[in-house]
Amino acid sequence: MTTPTLTSFAAPRGGAQGPSGSCAGPASASIALKPNEDARYVLRLADTCLIWSHRLAEWCGHAPVLEEDIALANHALDLLGQSRALLTHAGRLEGQGFDEDQLAYLRDERDFINVTLAELPNGATAGGRGDFAFTVLRNFVLSSWALLMWQHLAASRDAELAAIAGKAVKEARYHREHAADWVIRLGDGTEDSALRMQAALERLWPYTNELFDSDAVDRAAADSGLGPAWATLREAWLADVQDVLAQATLPMPPKSAYRSDAKRGMHTEHMGRLLAEMQVLQRNHPGGRW
Amino acid sequence: MSSEAKSEWPLWEVFVRSKAGLDHKHCGSLHAPDAKAAVQLAREVYTRRQEGTSIWVVRSDQIVASDPGDKDMYFDPMADKVYRHPTFYELPESVNHM
Repeated sequence: MTTPTLTSFAAPRGGAQGPSGSCAGPASASIALKPNEDARYVLRLADTCLIWSHRLAEWCGHAPVLEEDIALANHALDLLGQSRALLTHAGRLEGQGFDEDQLAYLRDERDFINVTLAELPNGATAGGRGDFAFTVLRNFVLSSWALLMWQHLAASRDAELAAIAGKAVKEARYHREHAADWVIRLGDGTEDSALRMQAALERLWPYTNELFDSDAVDRAAADSGLGPAWATLREAWLADVQDVLAQATLPMPPKSAYRSDAKRGMHTEHMGRLLAEMQVLQRNHPGGRW
Repeated sequence: MSSEAKSEWPLWEVFVRSKAGLDHKHCGSLHAPDAKAAVQLAREVYTRRQEGTSIWVVRSDQIVASDPGDKDMYFDPMADKVYRHPTFYELPESVNHM
């Protein structure tokens, strides 16, 4: 994935208001989606990549060491590239002609359908900095899940989705390995690092249920050959997670009955602030360009 | 060495083979906790713009280098030995394009 240029984030849209740099005019109104089930299926993946990317990008300039700072930013850019391709495709499936920018910047919170795990804050330690333990664990459980998802989607009946998956699967394999190595290194590290990893794991674990909670949207996708029902990925994912946690000498948290629901639009209190930051430029300067 | 310095990750030298090149070329250094992480972080830091197809890393403290103070005696004597270059042979036409 190449680094996107800044202008590609703000390509002019049909009937965009005013010349470049214009800051006159009203704030952009939200768009209203009427996604069919196929569009909704793709949008869940697109939004998960987009919001997860945003959280990783928050580490830029703040990671514990320079080298890992660059690694997290690279990971964020890979996810952003995946989300752009998926958003564009979801826009086509939805049928009203919305492009990737409109879908990213002009939807309201309830219309985002990422998994909750992606939107949770990086966590705050006593110094107010992000919690690196939480970040590497989230990266591991989500990229292990994403790798399985992309592997299945590479065989989708939808040629465009299969092509996106074919490219993304290589990125996800690296993300999973890099994150798994960190989980093992810190879980099986010092007494302090093990404690932090254990605390982060317990905090994150209840949100993993949502990754395998199937509903009408993904059952329809499975029936039509668009992509797997999410529940069917659980067994392989759990085997991977158990293996890595065992190497990290971290005990598996107990099974949780908790059900988070951001993938159906019911977000945590953190999502509003994330969107406010992500969307402020396009909302206040419609069609603005760098 | 202070305890703080000891707790820092060791330094690694990074060698990358570019798409077109045959040799791994030294391109910089980085800190990493172990060899596997060093390869991964070298990938992140030095190949993110398609610079590479292969990476070597080696602990910086494992490299033995010539002493810069020896530069005169090591290398200056070679300055006037042009006959060591194979430029005095006349090659037949047929090997010009070998």
